[in-house]
Parts: sequence; structure tokens; C-alpha cells
Amino acid sequence: MNPRMLWRKSINVLMLSLTGLCALVAVSVLFFILGYLVYHGGRDVNWNFFTQLPKPVGESGGGMANAIVGSGKVLLLAALFGVPVGLLGGVYLAEFGGRAIPFVVRYTADLLNGVPSIVIGIFAYAVAVMPVHHFSTLAGGFALGVMMIPIVLRSTEEFLHAVPRAMREGAMALGASKWRTISSVVLPAASRGILTAALLALARVAGETAPLLFTAFGNRYWSPGWGQPISSLPVMIYTYAVGPYEDWHQQAWAAGLVLLGLVLVTNIVVRTVLSRGGSPQRS
Amino acid sequence: MATVPTTVDAAGLSWGPRALLRRLRSGDEVARLITLIFALVVVLLTVLLVYQLWVNSAEARHRFGLSFLWNTTWDPVANRFGALTFVYGTLVTSALGLLIAVPLGLGAAIFLAELAPRRLSDNLTFLIDLLAAVPSVIYGLLGVFILVPIMRTEIQPALKRAFGFTPLFQGPVYGIGLLTAGLVLAVMIVPFIISVSREVLLAVPGDQREAALALGATRWEATWKAVVPYARTGIMGSVFLALARALGETMAVTMVIGNNPTISSSLFSPGYSIAAVLANEFSEATGNLYLSALIELGLVLFLLTFVLNGLARLLIVLTTARGSGVAQA
Repeated sequence: MNPRMLWRKSINVLMLSLTGLCALVAVSVLFFILGYLVYHGGRDVNWNFFTQLPKPVGESGGGMANAIVGSGKVLLLAALFGVPVGLLGGVYLAEFGGRAIPFVVRYTADLLNGVPSIVIGIFAYAVAVMPVHHFSTLAGGFALGVMMIPIVLRSTEEFLHAVPRAMREGAMALGASKWRTISSVVLPAASRGILTAALLALARVAGETAPLLFTAFGNRYWSPGWGQPISSLPVMIYTYAVGPYEDWHQQAWAAGLVLLGLVLVTNIVVRTVLSRGGSPQRS
Repeated sequence: MATVPTTVDAAGLSWGPRALLRRLRSGDEVARLITLIFALVVVLLTVLLVYQLWVNSAEARHRFGLSFLWNTTWDPVANRFGALTFVYGTLVTSALGLLIAVPLGLGAAIFLAELAPRRLSDNLTFLIDLLAAVPSVIYGLLGVFILVPIMRTEIQPALKRAFGFTPLFQGPVYGIGLLTAGLVLAVMIVPFIISVSREVLLAVPGDQREAALALGATRWEATWKAVVPYARTGIMGSVFLALARALGETMAVTMVIGNNPTISSSLFSPGYSIAAVLANEFSEATGNLYLSALIELGLVLFLLTFVLNGLARLLIVLTTARGSGVAQA
């Protein structure tokens, strides 16, 4: 082998191993994150964490029951707002759309999807907090709902497109109207995909902190009804992590572990169970 | 998607009142109308968002005009507001993030798309997707308690010893600051660069690679000189997409950047980003002008990400369309 060839071969091996190293580094970050959270937060994820209110500053112990329930309430509102709009909008794009309107809708959905979450927070503040002059659960749910819409919309459209044309033709050959075809043949066929997309969207907004900072705000106690400031896990993690107390830091780690656990478990279950054998998956 | 012509649709072509009635009764027109309304909600919300940002920042826009963008003073007490320090912090941290994330992400994407066996590639991509799902406040948490101490005691002193003669790595070492924020951003945007770049690379037609290999190129040469240049535009798209995310990233940056509105040449110095100042000051803003200045910052951030996202999508569509078009031909 001449020296030139040797040089090229060694560059080849060197660069290819470097790309492998890059992949290894990127993936290992996930295990670092999980490891640190379990190491620092594992001890404090106990019964009290899920059942008690935060203790006043200076007292140790306590939990984040209100933040867990709060996150649940805000996410419920977000899903109630985001899923129907995204789903029906997606049905329009895939089944009824002409040329101009779907183009505009798709374009704005992608635009909305790229808006930084903190700007969504300002929007929700202007629409749902400024007129009534106080922070509320509703405002938080609205902010997260707006973030869900473009994700649900675009994936619904994609999964509907993936339903084979023969199924539509079969239903119509039986004399079903277009709407009947969509509602009882096309949508059920795509339902797994759409459920996957909705759950992934929910898991994504579940970890959002920025849009909640000045919409749902925070609350150290229970928040009855829907019109008052409410605590949520991500905001609690932020508040406790930047706070000055050692107890708070411990609780922040525990809350981080719980939040990441919820998000990852949802992602893993949805991606492996629901999307298997169903409609095609983008990634 | 081409819709299937039906008897109902065919009847609809003649626009008689009876035909219209029949279509109404079958529910098709109603369904179309209802779904159309929901689709338009998306447009409406987006328009409303821009409108609200514009209207609510009116006071600051009238008061400061364009000088808002290059004024460095941010003094809520004296009611003097300028955005430059925040724009600077946002741009510097995002640039740092890209500088680290692009080589790493591109390398990993090349490995996943070109080298790894299919099963391994799919499994690793699954893990990368999970990584993309980690909430940003978690990155902030690890940043504050794990990365900041390491930066302060190990990395920054080492950088100072090695490159201390340049203005970039001078001054006191706090752990927090622009460099740390950039590093956290890099870790956060790597998954996006990997998954988009991998898709773009996979869309490159096989002929491209095989032709290079047939000419005697090594595996790396074929990848670097034939495949990557072909996917260049799409990779640029993924970088812009990642940049747009980095610019708007709030929580993790807020927690490690130091929250100090100064412009300093040193990367060790604490800074401030647009998203961070919004997160910190928005709910405590007193006075209309203060709030309106903050909303104008939001408007600036929105416009920045808007332009970048538009460019990114255009580039990605251009490459994937070309790639699949050639593959089909």
C-alpha cells in the first residue's frame, strides 16, 4: 500500500470513529440526566411528596401535591382546547381542503409551532390575564392549548393522508356520504396515530415552564376552581431550583425526577406500544 | 390529497336548491363548514398573537422608536428601556450553542444515517427523540447544580490558562455566564440537529454514494464529498431550525446565564437574554411603559424566530423534495 492510500485509509477510520463518538456523546446525555436526577432526587420521591402541601420556608419535609394536581388541571384544559381544534382542523386539511385555505392554515400552523414558548406566554397574558387582572388556571390552560394545536393539527393531517384510498372508496361504494366515510371509516383507521400525536403533544407541553410563569403563575396552596393562580410541577422546579434554601433544592430534584419520569414514560409507552403496527411514523 | 368523486359530489355540481338541500341533509356541507371553522381558528390565533404583541407594545414603540434596538440602558426606575444587551446575550449564547452543537449533531447524524446498521440506528434515534422530549427546566436544573460548579472549578480555569491571552476568556470566573448558557443550549439543540439532518441524509439518493465509491473513494470520502454536499441545503435548514429554538429557549438559559444586563467581551461574564428577562421581570413589571417595553422585547424575539423558521423550512423542503424526486425518477 502506498503512503497516499495509507493516509486516506487512516483518515477514513479516524473520521468514521469520530462520528460514532459524536453519536455516543449525544445519546449518553440522556443517561447522565436520568442518572443525576435519580441520584439527587430519588430519596425525596416518597409518599409525602405526592400527598402533602409545600411546607413553609425553614421547615423540612412537605410535598408538592398541589403542583401535581395543578399540572393535571392545566393539562386537562390544554387538551380540551388543543385537541379538538387540532383534530378537526386536521380533518379539514386532509379531507375537505382545496388549495388556498389549506396552504394558509399549514403555513400559520408551522409558524405558530415555531413561536418561542415565552412569547406564547405573553400572548396568553394579553388575552386571558390582562382583561380580568389576575392570573388563573384558565390562562395557563389556554397557553398550553395554543402550543398543542399546531402539533395535533399537522400530525392528524399526516395520519389521515396515510389511510389507504381503497378504504374511502369502499365506504363510498356502499353509499355512505363523505362525512359518514370520514367519521366511521377514515378516522377510526387513523385513530391510533392521532392518539399517539395527541399524547406526545401533551407530554411536550407538560414540561413547559415559560408560558405558565405569568399565566398560571404559582400557588403554595390548593387552587379551587379554575379562576385562581395555580401551581404546576415545572414552575415549582424552577422556583425551588433558583431559590436559596437547601430543602428547596432537594424538592426541586425530586420534582424534576417525577416530571421527567412522567414525560419519558409517556413517550416510551406511546412510541413503542401505540405506534407499532399502526400508521406510519414520521421519525 | 385527491378526493374521491362520489354521487353526492356529482349531484353538487349542479347548483340547484334541491341538490344543495340534499347535500346539507347528508351532512357533508355541515361537516365541511365545522372543520373549516376549526382550521381557521389556527389562523385566527396566530393573527391575534401578532396583533396583541403589536398593540400592547405600542407605548414603548412610540416612546423609543427604533433606538430601542440599539440602546443599552435598561432602567425600569428611570423608565428608560433599550434592548441591545438582551439581543447581544441572546445572539452570543445561541451562536456558542450552534458552534458546539453543529459539529456534534452532524457527526452523529452521519453515523446514524450512513454507518450504523439499521437496527442500531433506529434504536439510537429513539433515544435521541426521547432526549428531545426532556423539558427545558430539567436542563436548567442540571445546569445550575451540576454544570455550573464544574465550569467554575474545572473548565473555566483551564480555558483561562490556555486561552487567557484572548479577550474572550478573561475576567473573574463565576461558573454562570454566557459560556455556560451556550453549553446548555448546545446540549438542548443537538437532538433537533441530529433528527432533521439524519432525515435529510437518508433522503440522499443511493447513486450519489455509489458513484463516489465506484470511483475508489473511501467510505468517509464518499460521505463527506458526495453525500453531505448533496444534503447541504437541508442540513443548513436543520441548523436554522435549531438556531430558532436556541434563540427562544427560556428556562435553561435563565437559570445559568447570570441575569446581568451588561455587554462584556469575556464569555465568562454573566449576561442576559431576551427570553430570560421576560421570564424574570414580566410578572413583576410595574407601570405601563415597563410592561410595554417587555412586550416589545417579545415582539423582537418573535420576529427573529419567525424569519429563521421560514428560512429553515424553505431549505428543508427544497432538499427533501429534490432528494425524493430524484429517488423516484
